[in-house]
Amino acid sequence: MMTPRETFQAEAAKRILIIDGAFGTEIQRWKLTEADYAGSLGLSKDQKGNNDILALTKPEVPESIHRAYFAAGADIAETNTFSANRISQADYGAEHLVREINLASAQLARRVADEFAARDGRPRFVAGAIGPTNKTLSLSPDVNDPGYREIDWDHLVDVYHEQAAALVEGGADFILIETVFDTLNAKAGIMAVKQLERELGRDIPIMLSMTLTDLSGRNLSGHTVEAFWYAVRHAKPLTIGLNCSFGATQLRPHVRALAAIADTLIMVYPNAGLPNELGQYDEMPETTAGLVREWAEHGLINALGGCCGSTPDHIAAIARAATGLPPRQLPKAEPVTRLAGLEPFTVAA
Amino acid sequence: MTDSTTSPRATGSAFVNIGERTNVTGSAAFKKLILAGDYARAVEVARQQVENGAQIIDVNMDEGLLDAVHAMTTFLKLIAAEPDIARVPVMIDSSKWEVIEAGLKCVSGKPIVNSISMKEGEEAFLDQARKCMDYGAAVVVMAFDEKGQADTKDRKVEICERAYKLLTGIGFPPEDIIFDPNVFAVATGIEEHNNYAVDFIEAVREIRQRCPHVHFSGGLSNLSFSFRGNEPVRRAMHSVFLYHAIPAGLDMAIVNAGQLDVYDLIDPALREACEDVILNRDEGATERLITLAESFKGTDAKTAKEAEEWRGWDVVRRLEHALVKGIDAHIVEDTEEARQAAKERGGRPIEVIEGPLMAGMNTVGDLFGAGKMFLPQVVKSARVMKKAVAHLIPFIEAEKEEGAKAKGRIVMATVKGDVHDIGKNIVGVVLQCNGYEVIDLGVMVPWSVILDTARKEEADIIGLSGLITPSLDEMVTVAEEMQRAGFTIPLLIGGATTSKVHTALKIDPAYDGPVIHVLDASRAVGVASQLLSDTQAEPFIASVAEEYQHVRDVRAGKEASVLLSLEDAQINGFKADLSEKAPPPEQPGLHVFDSWDLADLAECFDWTPFFRAWELAGTFPAILDDEVVGESARALYKDARAMLDRIISEKWLTARGVAGFWPCERQGDDVMVYLTEEERHVRLPFLRQQIRKSRDRANFCLADFIDPDGDWIGGFAVGIHGIEPHLERFRAAHDDYNDILLKALADRFAEAFAERLHQHVRTQLWGYAPGEQLTNEALIREEYRGIRPAPGYPACPDHSLKPILFELLDATANTGITLTESQAMLPTAAVSGFYFAHPESQYFGVARIGRDQLEDYAARREIDLAVAERWLRPNLD
Repeated sequence: MMTPRETFQAEAAKRILIIDGAFGTEIQRWKLTEADYAGSLGLSKDQKGNNDILALTKPEVPESIHRAYFAAGADIAETNTFSANRISQADYGAEHLVREINLASAQLARRVADEFAARDGRPRFVAGAIGPTNKTLSLSPDVNDPGYREIDWDHLVDVYHEQAAALVEGGADFILIETVFDTLNAKAGIMAVKQLERELGRDIPIMLSMTLTDLSGRNLSGHTVEAFWYAVRHAKPLTIGLNCSFGATQLRPHVRALAAIADTLIMVYPNAGLPNELGQYDEMPETTAGLVREWAEHGLINALGGCCGSTPDHIAAIARAATGLPPRQLPKAEPVTRLAGLEPFTVAA
Repeated sequence: MTDSTTSPRATGSAFVNIGERTNVTGSAAFKKLILAGDYARAVEVARQQVENGAQIIDVNMDEGLLDAVHAMTTFLKLIAAEPDIARVPVMIDSSKWEVIEAGLKCVSGKPIVNSISMKEGEEAFLDQARKCMDYGAAVVVMAFDEKGQADTKDRKVEICERAYKLLTGIGFPPEDIIFDPNVFAVATGIEEHNNYAVDFIEAVREIRQRCPHVHFSGGLSNLSFSFRGNEPVRRAMHSVFLYHAIPAGLDMAIVNAGQLDVYDLIDPALREACEDVILNRDEGATERLITLAESFKGTDAKTAKEAEEWRGWDVVRRLEHALVKGIDAHIVEDTEEARQAAKERGGRPIEVIEGPLMAGMNTVGDLFGAGKMFLPQVVKSARVMKKAVAHLIPFIEAEKEEGAKAKGRIVMATVKGDVHDIGKNIVGVVLQCNGYEVIDLGVMVPWSVILDTARKEEADIIGLSGLITPSLDEMVTVAEEMQRAGFTIPLLIGGATTSKVHTALKIDPAYDGPVIHVLDASRAVGVASQLLSDTQAEPFIASVAEEYQHVRDVRAGKEASVLLSLEDAQINGFKADLSEKAPPPEQPGLHVFDSWDLADLAECFDWTPFFRAWELAGTFPAILDDEVVGESARALYKDARAMLDRIISEKWLTARGVAGFWPCERQGDDVMVYLTEEERHVRLPFLRQQIRKSRDRANFCLADFIDPDGDWIGGFAVGIHGIEPHLERFRAAHDDYNDILLKALADRFAEAFAERLHQHVRTQLWGYAPGEQLTNEALIREEYRGIRPAPGYPACPDHSLKPILFELLDATANTGITLTESQAMLPTAAVSGFYFAHPESQYFGVARIGRDQLEDYAARREIDLAVAERWLRPNLD
């Protein structure tokens, strides 16, 4: 039997794969109340806005969203666990529920994925989503004390490990370390997954997705896309890519830069354009699809999807646009020493 | 200038220089700062290292009085907040694993661990290596095993090879292994130490063979340990060592960038003594260096004396010295002195740049290329250069006329991934001196910034520079993105690795606008002025495009050129502006000339082909003074003139011709000629280029120059009669020389007649250019409106159109010219063709066509496919 890594690579060799879109905007449509969020968990703090906890209190919501995205043509579902880590859940007084949230989220995504796969025989994948937390290992929150850090490496590795273990237990095929604004946080995530792999004695494919915070193409910790790739290449990630950041137009040069050097699959899921004056994303599905289609036509991409503001309609439009276009060919990795500060540095070997 | 990723590789010297000053064991000053807890100033040390050209910074806190874990993590977190420092990778240097691991938890890029070894056995070694893989770090492996440090070549090789096998066995990427085969002190007075440098160099050479993809590093300061306190000798030893170790494979070293001497500038006696010691040439080497070293002691006094000495040299030599040595202390005053000197001579400030400064930089380039100067030194030289240029710029600008309008705005940048800007800066200066406005975006510029700036500033030209090979790809990217963004302005390509061939093959096809490779700074002004000239731009761009197409054709070979379908080629046909078409002829119908004045024709000879016919290469009249063929050319010309006089005065030859004009219209690729009196149409089928054009050039067909809604076309035939009796005379006299001479002159008459008749047509008979005034040179260069393509020539390759043309002209009756069965004209000195008067009509080559066009053509011509195939053979596969 093929491992999820092998199945994914086999599918990716055939076509451009589609990852689902945003959960936040879809959840808003349900107009959920505090009572819906809180359920009967009896937590001390308000839960409204804790989208991840719906896996425990209103599972039909994430389940129906997964269903909508698969129906729109997605191959990959992301678990609704972006903030389901001990650091972020502490804001809701729900840090003791991290394992349960991740387990339940992975299980329900798995169930819907298997259901769709059984219908048409096309493999569907579950990517266990790990967000960056709201703390950073590389930056000081105190301008007067640049050497200060709010968290340390070992703590963050433990936080990620707890989440990743529950996601894998719940049936996630991969761990998707996404919206990486701090490269060092991502490296801690990689370390956590590597520990988990050793404990479980099996391969847990990692997907990595960086987010850019300025148009010059750096993330918050200051790394260019090339430097980021060199800093995380040791994870042998199944996919590397970009998400969130800005819309497809602004992301394009950076997708191109990454596609030129990364000897693994490229997955990109941009926002549906830039937010308007009201903070809403109003880029039309066909517009987003048209933009990402151009990447596909230029052979820059292996997997596509949407981030903030995208809907099942966007994913359906993207899936249609990508149909029949050839997936990106992986460049050959030269035996070059790849080092990185904030900028890449290579030495010919 | 800053350093980057690939710059050291670019020059062939793959030497990476690792800053050593943020190392408490190597820098007393840094140790003092850290011990005092003065991290702010310690961070400044790191900044200086990077500014001075360190490509990686080594951080070491191994000091008994320090909490090394705390010092390491504190320092690493602090420099992470400094983008100027954090942009380069870090080397986490400690003999204690716990310090290394604590450091790894703070470093966000991909660092190097320095070091691990098999000192504690294989298990600990591999455990640490695995952790390095988990953290994502390259690693320095010391040549150290359970038995101790490797000293001989064999031990070094044995240990490194064993480590290599163990590491690659657990999946450690070989390119992430950096061996440090231990640099030990030489010239210690202990005989066993004498061969240590040789052992190191030879071990590197050997390990490199046995362990693919690895790197080598070493700490240089150990080498010269015996000469502590004698800096000139230590510096010389380090430079000499690098000079020999780098070719063997040493590609990284922890050095103080500011303390390396230029190999060629080391005192020759000292250099030789160092060389003898390092290469262990003989037993007395150490003794000699120790003796010699004495004379270099008290060093600073001597250095100071030397320093004063060079200040006494003349200014040109001082400038060169400052550039090669990277001394910027006096550069402004020296540059000013050179400027004053130039001024007194009546020269311009730019001459200081073009003269002594450029000469100095060339010396630097040569030394660098020969591996006798290292990157950090070059960085310093560049900085000196920049200061000098900066001093001159205001003078150069002041020289320009007040309020003079810039001739054009040029956005220049060294592309992303590349930092070399000396050449670009020189080009920028030269352009500015010549009245162009230059917006210099600096180095490492992403394409998006280049395009945005060009758009915002409404640039007239974009100039890209790069020195290293990967920049070539980046330039292609910029071109592609310019294309994508709808740019049309010219793109100039320059820099050491760029070439006309690469530009033609890779960059030009990516961008429809003009792409021009500029060989060096001296050409930049010429190129820019032509590109921005109203009159010269088009021909210049066309000629470059043609040249690049030729490069591509040569490269691609014939089969590589891709054919469009006929339909696509037609869609990409030339769209002539039909509102510009010529008026109807002043004198339609046929015009017959029974005897055109030979003297008149002789005046418009194009002599160059005449000499070519005699296999004398060169352009007339310059050929008469040519060094090689001038003498023969002069003799030939004299004879030709003499015969020409006789031909004219004795009326040896008769020039007969006919020209005619007919109403017509275009139908697809045909021109339908209307014969008014006979009330019938004659079809003139033409062929269309089908080769895929890589720029926005059309796929031409002669029919493109004719209006489908009614137009005019002309035709002509001219022949020179009467040559036979004279040829016979010469042949009878076995006078081959005059035989050939006469034939060649008859050909000239025919060509001249065609030219003269065409002129007569333009100014009188058709009369669309009545005021045309052209010199003979201009006629030869075809600087007139309209063309006269001949059947059988590139634009109209089918010879079998001649009978149709002859029929239209009734040429045989009117001129006496007949056609052979293979459509050759008799007499041989004859020319025939069509007249196209549209101002945009131009010559082109149909070149290769596809089966589809062949079939289409045969149908239009109403001939068998096999017949069409025979006539068009050269244009088929």
